[in-house]
Amino acid sequence: MWQKLWPILRQLSGDDAYERYLAHHAKAHPEEPALARKEFFQREQERKWNGIRRCC
Amino acid sequence: MNNNFTRSLAWFMVAILGAFALSGIALNRGESINAIWLIAAAACIYALAYRFYAAWIAASVLTLDETRATPAERYDDGRDFVPTNRWIVFGHHFAAIAGPGPLIGPTLAAQFGYLPGTLWILIGAVLGGCVQDMTTLFFSTRRNGRSLGQMARDELGPIGGIAALVGTLMIMVILIAVLGLVVVNAMKHSPWATSTVAATIPIAMLVGLYMRNIRPGRVLEGSIIGLGLLLLAVAGGRWINDDATLRVIFDHEGLTLAWFVIGYGFLAAILPVWMLLAPRDYLSTFMKLGTILLLAIAIIVMQPEIRMPALTRFIDGSGPIFGGSVFPFVFITIACGAVSGFHALVASGTTPKLLANERDIRMIGYGGMLLESFVAIMAMIAATVLDPGVFFAINSPAGVVGKAAADAVATISSWGFPVTVEQMERLAHEMGEATLFARTGGAPSLAVGMASIFGSAFGQGMLAMWYHFAIMFEAVFILTTLDAGTRVGRFMLQDFLGNLWPRLGRTSWYPSVILSSALIVAAWGYFLYIGVIDPNGGVNILWPLFGISNQMLAAIALSVGTGILVKSGKFRFAWVTGIPLTWLAIITTAAAWEKLTSDDVRIGFFAAANDLAAKLADGALPPEKAAVAPQLIFNQQLDAWLTLFFVLLLWIIILDMLRVCSRHLRGKPVPPCTESAHEPSRLVENWVRD
Repeated sequence: MWQKLWPILRQLSGDDAYERYLAHHAKAHPEEPALARKEFFQREQERKWNGIRRCC
Repeated sequence: MNNNFTRSLAWFMVAILGAFALSGIALNRGESINAIWLIAAAACIYALAYRFYAAWIAASVLTLDETRATPAERYDDGRDFVPTNRWIVFGHHFAAIAGPGPLIGPTLAAQFGYLPGTLWILIGAVLGGCVQDMTTLFFSTRRNGRSLGQMARDELGPIGGIAALVGTLMIMVILIAVLGLVVVNAMKHSPWATSTVAATIPIAMLVGLYMRNIRPGRVLEGSIIGLGLLLLAVAGGRWINDDATLRVIFDHEGLTLAWFVIGYGFLAAILPVWMLLAPRDYLSTFMKLGTILLLAIAIIVMQPEIRMPALTRFIDGSGPIFGGSVFPFVFITIACGAVSGFHALVASGTTPKLLANERDIRMIGYGGMLLESFVAIMAMIAATVLDPGVFFAINSPAGVVGKAAADAVATISSWGFPVTVEQMERLAHEMGEATLFARTGGAPSLAVGMASIFGSAFGQGMLAMWYHFAIMFEAVFILTTLDAGTRVGRFMLQDFLGNLWPRLGRTSWYPSVILSSALIVAAWGYFLYIGVIDPNGGVNILWPLFGISNQMLAAIALSVGTGILVKSGKFRFAWVTGIPLTWLAIITTAAAWEKLTSDDVRIGFFAAANDLAAKLADGALPPEKAAVAPQLIFNQQLDAWLTLFFVLLLWIIILDMLRVCSRHLRGKPVPPCTESAHEPSRLVENWVRD
């Protein structure tokens, strides 16, 4: 039960965003170096809030 | 065959139970009724609607195609477009659509009794809100995740696009003002509530710092630390409240708090997102989902009795919280939870870019809104388990029932809802507050209701803690909406100003950031300020205005949907979006008509302005009222023009849609359908789902 829930919780909250990014990056652009965890997180957070994210 | 029969029998039983529960709550008169019947009726109606109506819309009206590649599959860029498990998308979508709206609207509408609001939440969601969310999500998915405004422009013409933009901006301004007012009313002269809400700001900053610098990207760790600190802040608030020197720091008038909220809103808008907005959003999302779950468990465990009658005398329009008769005002008061136009922006924003398969649209679009509607039902229960006398004492503004406690209880008791000063004092004492009178806006009465439900389910001794926990919970995500809304408003304004002078459109140019943030904050700050100085409680004015504007946005979304259905040759199904659209047009127009033409000063904007002007000219007002009268008069007139503007915009869009439809049916040229071409999905065959 917990083993099923934990990945869901991590993905929902964005806790595993960096790991998912690395996986995507390795698949899509293997020739380019990936961002470090900190840079990735800063860039994503900035980008995420450029639009309607929350409702009333 | 046998299996089929069992299934049909099960659904038949659900239908019987639903009908039984619904007739129980609708026909019950006199004695009190248990909240579990509301839950049962809601659950059965949702289950039937999801199983049959949503399935039929998915199969016949929209014809979802699970072999068709979604934008997420086709673009899969690892950023915006990512094919995602449907439960994860559901979680994101629900967290995005469920805000404070479905908690506040039902609480205010409880002044009509529990029945009108409950029926509208159920019927409105099943036939209107869920349909709007689902169809918008579908049409946006078929158009590469295009926004509502873009779809309106592409499918109907430029007018629809502009209307969607203007409507969104206006809703944002009014929504933030009214939410700010709710927080101010919860915090005024309450050191405990004020200090707890104030503490959420440094806590959010600390969490932001943790996630950015100390342990970058560790969202769950940061959130758990933040949640622990928030609970400590609730407990610490009691200590501040009991300390004679500290409590003065947090004991403020409504107007002072309003200035704080305005100042906070401006700072939050110009600070980088990592510092305040993003960490606060993590905390509020966890808090929101956790508390909703806790409330559901508590209601099911302790099965409270509903004390509010099915219908109160205020259905005639004389209600103390807001003026106006049950038709059309219950439909305007409860927007979120029944039909919320704002959802269309989320359903045409991030969500369509995450869908892995079209068949998930039913669960996420229709199901997500069902869950929000259920939250509204729970808010209705939390408001109506209170003694009606207590409910009205908390929510009636001083300008209606009188400033002194004795006057207020006398007025409320004379309406047939007995309440005593001692009862209110005891309750306030239990909740750790000096007074609970005239805390209009829904948050405090909801908090009292939640505290009494939590208290009897999980221990009576902590009522004051539960009350302030509930206040903090609402304040946290109201402030998140305030930050996020100001930010969105700023982007939209910058986008618009960029047309006049390109430099202003650059979102990273600081002078433009400050200018546009200041303009947005000034706009909602104005309404908040007026709401606080208005002795009748600004909720009376602002909430209907918010409802009208939100329903207008829903009408835009449903017009776009109807237009697309007709243009894609599905005229015979156009009623699916056409019926909710017609109903919204009727109620919004009727409400606007009353707000403009009613002679009742508590309903009509012009009537109120003229009445106040006449009293001012006669010198009949006490000096403190005379001082603010000119501002109130101006505001009433401004609100009248705003209402007129909303309703005109609504009709322009509907007529524009009808024009496009009729041209299409007569075989004349219309803007072409912009659906993206069919591309087969490769995920279906090689990906085992779930």
